[in-house]
Amino acid sequence: MASMTTTIRLQREAFDVAAEAAAMTRGRTDIGAVVTFTGICRADENGAPIAALTLEHYPGMAEAEIARHVEEAYARWPLLGVTVIHRYGRIEPGEVIVLVATTSSHRQAAFSAASFLMDYLKTRAPFWKQVEAPTGTAWVEAKTADDAAADRWSPLSRKAAK
Amino acid sequence: MKLVYFAWVRERVGKAEEQIDPPTGVITVGDLMAWLAGRDEQYAYAFENAKVIRAAIDHRHVRPDAVIAGASEIAFFPPMTGG
Repeated sequence: MASMTTTIRLQREAFDVAAEAAAMTRGRTDIGAVVTFTGICRADENGAPIAALTLEHYPGMAEAEIARHVEEAYARWPLLGVTVIHRYGRIEPGEVIVLVATTSSHRQAAFSAASFLMDYLKTRAPFWKQVEAPTGTAWVEAKTADDAAADRWSPLSRKAAK
Repeated sequence: MKLVYFAWVRERVGKAEEQIDPPTGVITVGDLMAWLAGRDEQYAYAFENAKVIRAAIDHRHVRPDAVIAGASEIAFFPPMTGG
């Protein structure tokens, strides 16, 4: 029986993406694929320069919602591990915001699950980005393209209310 | 029950959380938003476009027709923009 290793962390501090990925495969010889997605803060939002992003989150629900989607990912694909680390607080351009990493015996499950988890993080995990720009602060508006990306994983994941 | 607010809903309401005791007749999340909107100008502004506001009961997403009876924490927030 394969053992599955799950890590879900929300934190203010920066973290080492390579170290997190390495930790997923250390001491194991059953993993044939690691897919990592790293989300990084850009220096622009809708073409305008920004100084930083501040991420607000809903403590308790954010962890629970991510855990529910990780559970669903395990149900849909033969994964051997999932790591999701999402930062909150003030994040400057160039800094990492989020890491989603998945491991499996073969690549396709890991690719698909990482993509699925990111699409759901964008639209269902209770985080909100506020842009800090020379002109002041503003909340980032949700993108319909992100909703469409999440919707393509229907119907298994549409059990819960939108 | 406890209400919690996030992002611009929090800013417009002017507080992050509060305890409330809604009157009988406030059955669903949608009813609750309508009742809150009638409290004063700040709430009216926060809930003026109730269709875009998302809700959660006890850390789970719910639709406006969800019944609030038995809830210990209800959250209101804008569409999410994490990741």
